Amino acid sequence: MPRATLDRSADRKEAQLSPPRRSTRRADFRARTWVGWGFVAPALLMYAVFVLRPLFLTFEYSLYRWDGIGPSTWVGLGNYGRVFADRDLYGAILNAFELILFFSVIPVGLGLAIAATIRSIAASRLALIARTVVFLPQVIPLVAAGIAWSWLLSSTGLVNQILSAVGLGGVTRAWLGDFSTALPAVGVIGAWVLLGLCTLLLLAGMTKIDPALYEAARIDGASAWREFRSVTVPSLRQEIGVCVTVTVIAALASFDIVYIATQGGPGNTTMVPGLEIYYLAFSQREVGLASALAVVLMVLVLGCVLPIQWLTREES
Amino acid sequence: MARRVRARAGRPLLVALVTVGTLAVTACSGPGGGSAQATSTPTSFSSAPTCGTAAVTLSGYFETGFPLPKSLTEEFSKQYPNVKWTIREDQFAVITQNAPRVLADDPPDLMRLPQVSELVKDGLLKNLDAYAAVYGWDKWPASQLAQMRIGPGGRPRGEGSLYAMGLNFSMTGVFYNKTLAAQIGLTTPPSTLDELDTALAKAKQAGITPILQFNGGATGGLAFPLQNLMASYGPAGPINDWIFQKPGASIDTPSNRQAVEHLDRWIKAGYFVKDANALDYATMMSRFIAGQGLLMFDGDWESGNLDKQMAGKVGFFLMPPAQSGGKRAAMSAPLTFGISTKAKHADCAAFFLNWVATNPQAREIAVRVGGSHPMGPADAPMPTVTPGTVTASTLEAGAQIGKDNGAMDFIANATGAIYAKSWTPQLQKLVAGQQTPQALLSTVQHDYESQVGS
Repeated sequence: MPRATLDRSADRKEAQLSPPRRSTRRADFRARTWVGWGFVAPALLMYAVFVLRPLFLTFEYSLYRWDGIGPSTWVGLGNYGRVFADRDLYGAILNAFELILFFSVIPVGLGLAIAATIRSIAASRLALIARTVVFLPQVIPLVAAGIAWSWLLSSTGLVNQILSAVGLGGVTRAWLGDFSTALPAVGVIGAWVLLGLCTLLLLAGMTKIDPALYEAARIDGASAWREFRSVTVPSLRQEIGVCVTVTVIAALASFDIVYIATQGGPGNTTMVPGLEIYYLAFSQREVGLASALAVVLMVLVLGCVLPIQWLTREES
Repeated sequence: MARRVRARAGRPLLVALVTVGTLAVTACSGPGGGSAQATSTPTSFSSAPTCGTAAVTLSGYFETGFPLPKSLTEEFSKQYPNVKWTIREDQFAVITQNAPRVLADDPPDLMRLPQVSELVKDGLLKNLDAYAAVYGWDKWPASQLAQMRIGPGGRPRGEGSLYAMGLNFSMTGVFYNKTLAAQIGLTTPPSTLDELDTALAKAKQAGITPILQFNGGATGGLAFPLQNLMASYGPAGPINDWIFQKPGASIDTPSNRQAVEHLDRWIKAGYFVKDANALDYATMMSRFIAGQGLLMFDGDWESGNLDKQMAGKVGFFLMPPAQSGGKRAAMSAPLTFGISTKAKHADCAAFFLNWVATNPQAREIAVRVGGSHPMGPADAPMPTVTPGTVTASTLEAGAQIGKDNGAMDFIANATGAIYAKSWTPQLQKLVAGQQTPQALLSTVQHDYESQVGS
């Protein structure tokens, strides 16, 4: 069996390598185009049915007032007006932007530092352990992470126990239930989850950097910091771009962690658009308003991610 | 070369075609609108419907974690062997989200229901008036069925046709830890609000957490003590009118303001557990069972559980009135089940509901497994319960509420969004000292009007 496979692949290679005969080239091309479409068709169909269709339906729903079952009323762009007029709704969007600090800035910044550190001790066993430990949160389901962290951050949880043990009993509180700390506490969970992904991506990017650059920098007498700033970071432009894109989307479209840890409370301080859309559509049965918020969220995500892509694209 | 260009141009063209196609399919008319399936007009029966003698399989959609409906269906099948059940279970939150779609697309014969107004508005629930007439449900105490009666078009609630039925009806009040109560000299339940305040102050002084109450996440549990305080300061009727969306009803009344101010005093005095805004229901229960608090505002669905886990160490009393000798009121609600408009075996399901309320074994199960008062005629035989248990005192409380006509629905049930959108965040703000009692009620009333008026 393996032999047969090998043979066949060898045949194919040969067929590809031999130049096509001039007379049949045109017909060949046309046939190949159709075969190409044939291969793409299943995926395209799935994409149309499961991505494009819901997208257009969402946009359509957003123009109606509808409870999901009964008759709907055309309200034009009225639902969009409500999204920007209702403090609860646009407040959720503002919270999502605050989460970017925790979901993007901290994981990417800290990830760069950790990746650089791990690279400098690349040969030792410690590097392997560090890499595994930092990446571990990425393997744990978000729901499990949310539950574990809500225990850690509870009034009798490990975080408060440690604070009390080092004499900081005065600052202990129910971190997820306090108006001033709930959103940062949720942010910390997100940072913990996304740090591993960023570190690993950046570390992989670092292995690509030509060692000669570092050598040249060292000969020129560059300090470690200068090396990091002038060689490492610019070479990781694309990887940083990917990290920032993925984490910004995670922040703006966050749902699971918030749903598990605080459900948007206390007093809507941790409400995010993803959660609000879910509540609107399934609890309050305002499918139109939920769809409008979803469309706004999508536009916002694109509005944030496209400039990042443009800024970090490879200059050629 | 030219061909290559054309081949390239073909791609966006196809995408555009798919796009236009999808748009054309969807954009013809507004979504929904299929609710023309009018609720079948109530017919009358010449004789009471039964499940017959032929084999029949009823489909049920019940709530996970509550064994009562399943116990009842098992007993029912024992008495009527021709009836079998296919039962699907989900958490209540899931049932709430799925209810309209399930009733429309995959109609069960019998289903645990969330708030019913919207379902009736969409014509998804069977009108039970004809069954009520033939089985004599309309001769039961009216308060048992009031919450399940709905006016035409889904509003107001509390009057009109019957659209659901209870398996039993639950009662809320105050559970207290007898051991801790003895430590502060509280041997008999307080009979006025002042006495309750004194007990709370004593507990605080003795270093005991006076009130364990959940108020975290999306479920503001302080609505329990708040509504109890409302009923201490004022009559239950206007609160029910507000919940039932009667025209002109308001929650922002002078007596309700006194109630929120009283609650605010409790918060400021530190009577509530410190991390109330992070406490969920399950954590509250486990802490109360572990003896970490004196009081807990909760319902008799926990009676059986508490009798088992804290046997003899826990008591129950109804919220005392502000004035000595005043009437008592409590949140009390039936465990609602309904029949889909499209149910295949509606008659048999209705027969089952009638059997639950009238059959002695079924009534016994309603109390023993469900922990709450069975539905049915006022003179129906009551199952015996062990004296001194919490179950016994909650059943007694039920009788008292019946006498004082003090049954209220829950303020969280006024509209579909009022609990998550208004009560919960507002009460969490009150706990954090970020909201005043006056603004709390006016905000909730404002939200209510925008939801009801729309």
